Amino acid sequence: MTDSLRQALNRLRAFFRKEPLDRDLDAEMAAHLELAIDENLRRGIAPEEARRQALVPFGGVEQARERHREARGLPALDTLLQDLRYTFRTLRRDRGFALIAVLILGLGIGANVAVFSVVDTILLRPLPFRDPQQLVRIVEKNPTSGESSKTYTADATEDFQQQNHSFQSVSGYFAFTPPDNFKLIGKDQPTPVTGILAAEGFFQTLGVEPSLGRLFRAEEFVKHAQPVTLLSYPFWMRRLGGDRNIVGKAINLDGAPVTVVGVLPATFDFGSVFSPGAKIDLFVPYCMDDFREDGNDLALVGRLKPGVSLAAAQSEADQLFPQLYFAHHHPDWGKGYTGQLTELKQYVNGKLRRALTVLWCAAGLILLIVCVNLSNLLLARAAARGKEFAMRSALGAGRGRLIRQLLTESLVLSLAGAFLGAGIAFGVTSYLARQGSIALPMLGFVRVDGAALAWTLSIAILAALLFGLAPGLRSSGRNLTEALKDSGPGMSEGRKHDRMRSALVVSEVALACVLLVGAGLLLRSFLRVLDVDLGFEPSRAAAISVDYADGGSPDKRAAIWQEVLRQASGIPGVEAAGISDNLPMSRNRSWGIRAKGGDYDGGKYQGAFVYIVSPGYFKAMGMRLIEGRDFSWKDAPKSEKVIVINETVARKLWQGQDPIGRTAEAGGGKARVIGVIADVHETNAEEGARWQMYFPASQAGPEGAYLVLRSKLPPPALAPSVMRTLRQLNPGQPATEFKPIQTLVDHATSPRRFFMLLVSVFAGLGLLLASLGIYGVISYTVARQRQEIGIRMALGATQGNVLQGVLSRTLRLTLVGIMTGMIGSFAAGRLIASLLFETRPTDPATFAAMAGLLCTVALIAGYFPAHRAARIDPMVALRIE
Amino acid sequence: MGKAKLDLLQGTLDLMVLRTLAVLGPLHGYGIARRIEQVSGNEVLLNQGTIYASLVRLQQRGWITAAWGTSGNNRRAKFYSLTKSGRRQLADDARYWQRLSSVMDRVLAWQAEGGDK
Repeated sequence: MTDSLRQALNRLRAFFRKEPLDRDLDAEMAAHLELAIDENLRRGIAPEEARRQALVPFGGVEQARERHREARGLPALDTLLQDLRYTFRTLRRDRGFALIAVLILGLGIGANVAVFSVVDTILLRPLPFRDPQQLVRIVEKNPTSGESSKTYTADATEDFQQQNHSFQSVSGYFAFTPPDNFKLIGKDQPTPVTGILAAEGFFQTLGVEPSLGRLFRAEEFVKHAQPVTLLSYPFWMRRLGGDRNIVGKAINLDGAPVTVVGVLPATFDFGSVFSPGAKIDLFVPYCMDDFREDGNDLALVGRLKPGVSLAAAQSEADQLFPQLYFAHHHPDWGKGYTGQLTELKQYVNGKLRRALTVLWCAAGLILLIVCVNLSNLLLARAAARGKEFAMRSALGAGRGRLIRQLLTESLVLSLAGAFLGAGIAFGVTSYLARQGSIALPMLGFVRVDGAALAWTLSIAILAALLFGLAPGLRSSGRNLTEALKDSGPGMSEGRKHDRMRSALVVSEVALACVLLVGAGLLLRSFLRVLDVDLGFEPSRAAAISVDYADGGSPDKRAAIWQEVLRQASGIPGVEAAGISDNLPMSRNRSWGIRAKGGDYDGGKYQGAFVYIVSPGYFKAMGMRLIEGRDFSWKDAPKSEKVIVINETVARKLWQGQDPIGRTAEAGGGKARVIGVIADVHETNAEEGARWQMYFPASQAGPEGAYLVLRSKLPPPALAPSVMRTLRQLNPGQPATEFKPIQTLVDHATSPRRFFMLLVSVFAGLGLLLASLGIYGVISYTVARQRQEIGIRMALGATQGNVLQGVLSRTLRLTLVGIMTGMIGSFAAGRLIASLLFETRPTDPATFAAMAGLLCTVALIAGYFPAHRAARIDPMVALRIE
Repeated sequence: MGKAKLDLLQGTLDLMVLRTLAVLGPLHGYGIARRIEQVSGNEVLLNQGTIYASLVRLQQRGWITAAWGTSGNNRRAKFYSLTKSGRRQLADDARYWQRLSSVMDRVLAWQAEGGDK
């Protein structure tokens, strides 16, 4: 045992000390011969003969050296190195081929690794929390109206915390935080920051430890406690320069000092898990007592006790939630919640599973096309190198050795491609990680890591095997004498070769067809989404968060808002101005509404999205008033309470009647309906509109304010004058961003855009590769048939005949590919059906368009060799060979 | 040409080398090769050059050691000598060969008698 171990080590050492060992051996063999000559001389043999008689029994010096090397070193490795040297030599000779092969492979592998990294981050890797499988998100079953039906009141939360036996802890956060809800006041202009109100035990439940300082303490969650905050890592780095002494110091939020108790770790990105696409700067305690009088506002997360199954916890929740009161002080508000427990990870990525799987499949298809393409290229090369291989096997190279040589070549190409691919993937992932505006969870954590690199390596090797083996087996399996005789054109072997290449091209076209149809369907869906009538016109409108202090007085607020609007309307280029405390497709909040004396759903309150707005807001947003009137400043705090409802509310509550002038019970009082406004897509472009209602700011309490301006000027051009105007009115106005409304829509459609773009890029790549394949095979055929074409032209075929002949061959190949691809496309269409929007998976227009596109591109790819064929000079062609 | 010489079976050369070194003490490659030829009565087909592959193999296993030295007639040559573990290995291998050859002897003798037993 130790002997063979020692031998292995010695062999390894010998492998790296070839030259000294060879020198030593040479010296030894020289000494050997001298000794032999000496002895022969002593026996009285003549010097010349003595030398000969010494050499003969020694045998071949070179063989002895070779056997010595084999005995002492690593012959397998030597062969490999030899193969590698040979490979590099041949690839250098064929630089164009090597370059194209590595480039294609790099793209294919890069696409795969990038997609794998995304899939790994969003789907495969556990959430960045301690024991993430214990974490559960709790929402109402059948949520009807946005976040309000996915949240619970402070009292209900406390009751559930006390009564359940399944959870180690249950906590949550305030779900209705608008972006930029605080202003950080420092030496410079106040800057907007986003802070989340976290309930007691929230971080402990997730298992997040602060990287500096401590988490919140129990006494910081009571009324009038000293204000404290926890900073997010990026905020701490960006705004406070990573100051390690910040803990214990105060920062000024909204004019009051707030003590920093800790900094959260870089691995904790609240937004990426709970609110994809949002960037959260800091956290403050959510004090239950501050919210007892409010509605549902806590989004709940729980950590199961070890050993408690989700099903057991669910059945307990099914018993507890219906018994929970909305508020202890208001038993009249009633009781009865539901609670749907979902593993947090499932909650975060569940809806993306299908889309990501499709993306992964698309990347896999690309790799397949890449492999087929390379197989084709290698096959063409193998054909050209047939004689070389025949020569080598005639010289004694075994079949295995030749296959190994080909595999080495494809492995070298794949690894070079993998290297390039990893680089591409690295670029793509770091780009994606910075795309904060894409509403995909965990995207900020996307990176090429060990798993992704292992993935790269394994697909590279797999690719090498896939595309290296077929040509390897074929070319090495050829009959020697035939191969040496086969001077290429016209021979039967050549034809067989041709068929295989055609089959490869057909499969390439088919795969590209599947990708194209898939991408086409997604693109069509995306266009349909963009075409959706949102109920407002995002183009040419932009909004900015406005800071104001009304001291809670509606009169004062009305005055301030009126002045802001008067001044803003005066800015050159502004066509319309309005204020709302809430914009569509951003935060959502809902209150109850019912028709006075109505019997819809037994007269129960229905959740409706609430917007508290100024007169002119509808116009600024480009919303359509169906009937009635907009608010006016005459709807004063003391005058009759008024409300504007959307079409859905009008249809449901006052079916078949004119809602104008009717009385609605909403927002904790009665209000007269003065207008009906067109439905607005309040959550995203794809889901239909739900119940919506609008109150005038003079009669209801808004939370914040967004000034919406409609103008022909681009927002960046308008921004300085807007900010100047706001600063004149209120020097404390923070430097919030003047954002186009379109960004809200883009944010909501960003996941679809993301998937659509990636799949389209893959489809484009597939199309390019397929056309390359077609070009390659047709060129090869034309080159092979030079003589034949020459004869035909000598016999009277025109250039047009030849051109037509080649093009029709191209078209035949393509059509067979498309036909095969269409079958695959139907299957693929079914797979992605749930990702489509108002597009049937068998959409004939898409299928026809993609088939047309493929044919066109194929004909273009085939035209170049066809053109070349048509210009063959019969005399020259016949003289060759 | 005369009678054809014996081809060496795999591994027999290694054993012959070990045995030669055990009997004669430190010796260079040429000496070992000549001794084997002499002892075998020139019956063995040995390309002397191949002895070096055997020597390096034995050396790597730690059964022999090598050092450059000077021969009787003042030639520099590499001298090989048996190590302790080489001696042990020789004993093992010798026992194995003796057993094998006695078995082979028996088998062949039985065949020569026509298998009437």
